[in-house]
Amino acid sequence: MPESLPANSVGIVTPQSIAFEQPLELCSGRTLPRYDLTVETYGELNSDKSNGVLICHALSGHHHAAGYHSMDEKKPGWWDSHIGPGKPIDTNKFFVVCLNNLGGCHGSTGPNTTNPETGELYGPDFPIVTVRDWVNSQARLADHFGIECWAAVVGGSLGGMQAMQWAIDYPDRLKHALVIASSPRLTAQNIAFNEVARQAISKDPAFNNGRYFENDEIPKTGLSLARMIGHITYLSDDGMGTKFGREMRQKELSFDYDTQFQVESYLRYQGERFSTAFDANTYLLMTKALDYFDPASEYGDDLAQALSQAKCGFLVASFTTDWRFSPERSREITDALVEAGRDVCYAEIESNHGHDAFLISSPRYDAVMAAYMQRVEKDMGADHAR
Amino acid sequence: MRADLEIIKPWFTPGSRVLDLGCGDGELLEDLQKTLNVKGLGMEIDADNLTACIARGVNVIEKNIDEGLASIKDNTFDTVVMTQALQVMHRPDLTVEEMLRIGKEGIITFPNFAHWRARFYLALRGRMPVSKFLSYEWYDTPNIHFFTFKDFERLCIDRNIRIIERTVVDHSHRERWSNKLWPNMLGEIAIYRITR
Repeated sequence: MPESLPANSVGIVTPQSIAFEQPLELCSGRTLPRYDLTVETYGELNSDKSNGVLICHALSGHHHAAGYHSMDEKKPGWWDSHIGPGKPIDTNKFFVVCLNNLGGCHGSTGPNTTNPETGELYGPDFPIVTVRDWVNSQARLADHFGIECWAAVVGGSLGGMQAMQWAIDYPDRLKHALVIASSPRLTAQNIAFNEVARQAISKDPAFNNGRYFENDEIPKTGLSLARMIGHITYLSDDGMGTKFGREMRQKELSFDYDTQFQVESYLRYQGERFSTAFDANTYLLMTKALDYFDPASEYGDDLAQALSQAKCGFLVASFTTDWRFSPERSREITDALVEAGRDVCYAEIESNHGHDAFLISSPRYDAVMAAYMQRVEKDMGADHAR
Repeated sequence: MRADLEIIKPWFTPGSRVLDLGCGDGELLEDLQKTLNVKGLGMEIDADNLTACIARGVNVIEKNIDEGLASIKDNTFDTVVMTQALQVMHRPDLTVEEMLRIGKEGIITFPNFAHWRARFYLALRGRMPVSKFLSYEWYDTPNIHFFTFKDFERLCIDRNIRIIERTVVDHSHRERWSNKLWPNMLGEIAIYRITR
């Protein structure tokens, strides 16, 4: 909890819920009759509505990207390190919009909201949505704010996939895409990790085929295990070594199966906390959206062809110890953009925080972001996409 | 702008695609973009230089050129330029080959190790030359290949590379009559425009 709000914080923020009554056709062939999106905004939209920056969240993210909901909140929003007055995404200059994606569990229409057709919770009946579906729903959100063209669409990890999809599907509606610690498609290893997480959840006896809410239960064990697996892949070997090493909770080996090493207790704590704060059906859905993302597949597996639809400028960034979305994946995106003749900058940032590095402030990362956002600011309001 | 960059500027075509290998802070590309409307891309390995490029509107990719340019398709660029960096490459010959694979023309500048000062330094002192222009000691220099105009031209002949233009300048990048008279002895910096 902040004693007082730091000067470079967006301060106390209040989410809003925006209703969309037009049906949304999904890639699966199903249709959402209507939906709500929970949204936070920071900064002011300028008169020609050219300074909008859309922030797309990752697997377990949500609309609360910066600031505090109250003075009692322990931690600020998930990307508070980068969004605020004077920060790389400067709220003195930009109107920043962050939403909870469809299928999420933080207020937007998803498995834990009511299906208007049945009057019951959607639960496992909520349609599987894709990155493209999200982008379509976000385009309507842009319409809601009267934003014809985003100054930038920004995202890390799964969020970076949304920024890429925006560039491909709505080339005239964004001037820049910032694709951070992302990938043009998941590798087999990555899909495998997601599958283990899904199995952990769906094999939990409390899961009840996704209808756990009918028994007033949650698949705590499964969700917790899923998060533990995920968490390991978000850190680097080096990072874990530095943070925990072989440090033990007590001095002597106890020759039983209780938690002895600090890393065990840390993982258990992270899993427990997550399992009561996140919806299991949403977790399954988000991992599927990750698995399905593959924009090149519609262009004969030619990523350059897919990205040649884009008109915007790109910043691609990766982190040296990220093995979940490794620098190699970002280089693929960069190479494809060079081949497509698109404007691209690529930075490979030294960090020992693994995949999580995209959430953490560091001098080089912040400098790269700030430098690129200067370019975004310069291009704001220019007549057409670059 | 740096004087050697002024010299090579007329060799670029307006509106062309230019790749600058080891582009530094992006000075050349920014100028070429503004005055010749080229579509520029830089490759750089130094973090501060990268940030400087991004901030001044120069597209730049973080890449260790020694690790190869294989991911770039043939003839992606009209001109590939490398100023004062060939001598730090692990395999300069492969770099030159790659430059002419991914681009139609190459522009290369490098320090001439056969300049008379270097020759006398080695001949008289019996030690590797250290000068204002090449100020490193042998053990800490990033310049791991020392070669001369003649060496470079030999490489071009061996690899069927055509030299379109060349010039030599002194360390303040002036083109003098003396450099032209006896370039391998009197020129300090070589500037070559090459193609296949």
